[in-house]
Amino acid sequence: MSDNKPVIRMDAEAPEGFEGEGFFATKLSSVIGMARKFSLWPLPFATSCCGIEFMATLNPTFDASRFGMERNSFSPRQADMLMVCGTISKKLGPVLKQVYTQMAEPKWVIAVGACASSGGIFDTYSVLQGIDRIIPVDVYVPGCPPRPEQIIEGVMQVQALCEGESIRRRDLPEYQQLLASYDIK
Amino acid sequence: MTNDFVLEAITREFPESVISHDTPYDFLTLEIKKEDIKKVIHHLKDSSLQINFLTDICGIHYPETPEKEIGVIYHLHNMMTNFRIRLKTFMTRENAEVDSMTDLYAGANWMERETFDFYGIKFKGHPDLRVILNMEDLGYHPMLKEYRLEDGTRTDKDDKMFGR
Repeated sequence: MSDNKPVIRMDAEAPEGFEGEGFFATKLSSVIGMARKFSLWPLPFATSCCGIEFMATLNPTFDASRFGMERNSFSPRQADMLMVCGTISKKLGPVLKQVYTQMAEPKWVIAVGACASSGGIFDTYSVLQGIDRIIPVDVYVPGCPPRPEQIIEGVMQVQALCEGESIRRRDLPEYQQLLASYDIK
Repeated sequence: MTNDFVLEAITREFPESVISHDTPYDFLTLEIKKEDIKKVIHHLKDSSLQINFLTDICGIHYPETPEKEIGVIYHLHNMMTNFRIRLKTFMTRENAEVDSMTDLYAGANWMERETFDFYGIKFKGHPDLRVILNMEDLGYHPMLKEYRLEDGTRTDKDDKMFGR
């Protein structure tokens, strides 16, 4: 019998709060943040090589599902993490913006790879020089293409964002201004 | 069908239209006057030469030669004898307009739209001349050698990394 089984910890750390016999009191934000953190539903917007790396991320080898992103939503209305993997041409820009607009709040965006982050090597007339031209981006994943570990790191960054985010952040005037600056209602 | 045979047939039929001819890599290439290009291609298609397939239409831009600045190049193919011919026609920038081949070859429709999209060459008689590949509000014809290839608006890109 092997006695070197890996120990898999399935318990997340509890947020700060008061614990007592049979009760636990904490902030609503923390509970909601924790729930969001472990139930991110990604919307893969995969256009090229980074998309293939993202598929590898979903493979059993890297197993993105252990982060709670089991279900990849292909409907923007049911997703809360937009993962833009690959080159976005200027012609595709409006489509991406429409997908982002259709996503329900709260939503986070990861720009996976050099192309989505800055246009990458395609420094030319037809390619959008970074998706942050048209939609706000939370996390940039460098690499061309990034390895699955890097994509997972990006997801973990988003998880950290979700966890620490106040549930009222999206109502802040700054956030409204940010969306207005991108002309998103 | 040989190059010499076709060349002779064309020069006999249109002695005024052929400006020059050459056979680079054994590929008959003629430069035709812009006004006569449609006449010549029509003849190639409907005569016994039976050049029945339009392989490609594309544009070219030579900023150094103002009187031959914009060019349109036609590749034609006879499928029965596997004979290929290339026709070029040149024009000035102000006068960048040639006759459309859409009524001779239906496939010319998209090729001419592409050429218009990238070079701004107008095609007289084209049923629906609008851009086909680039986004509609790009605002310029990117393959003319007068626009920067890159966006040029991003300040956070390090030129060292992009070989410029």
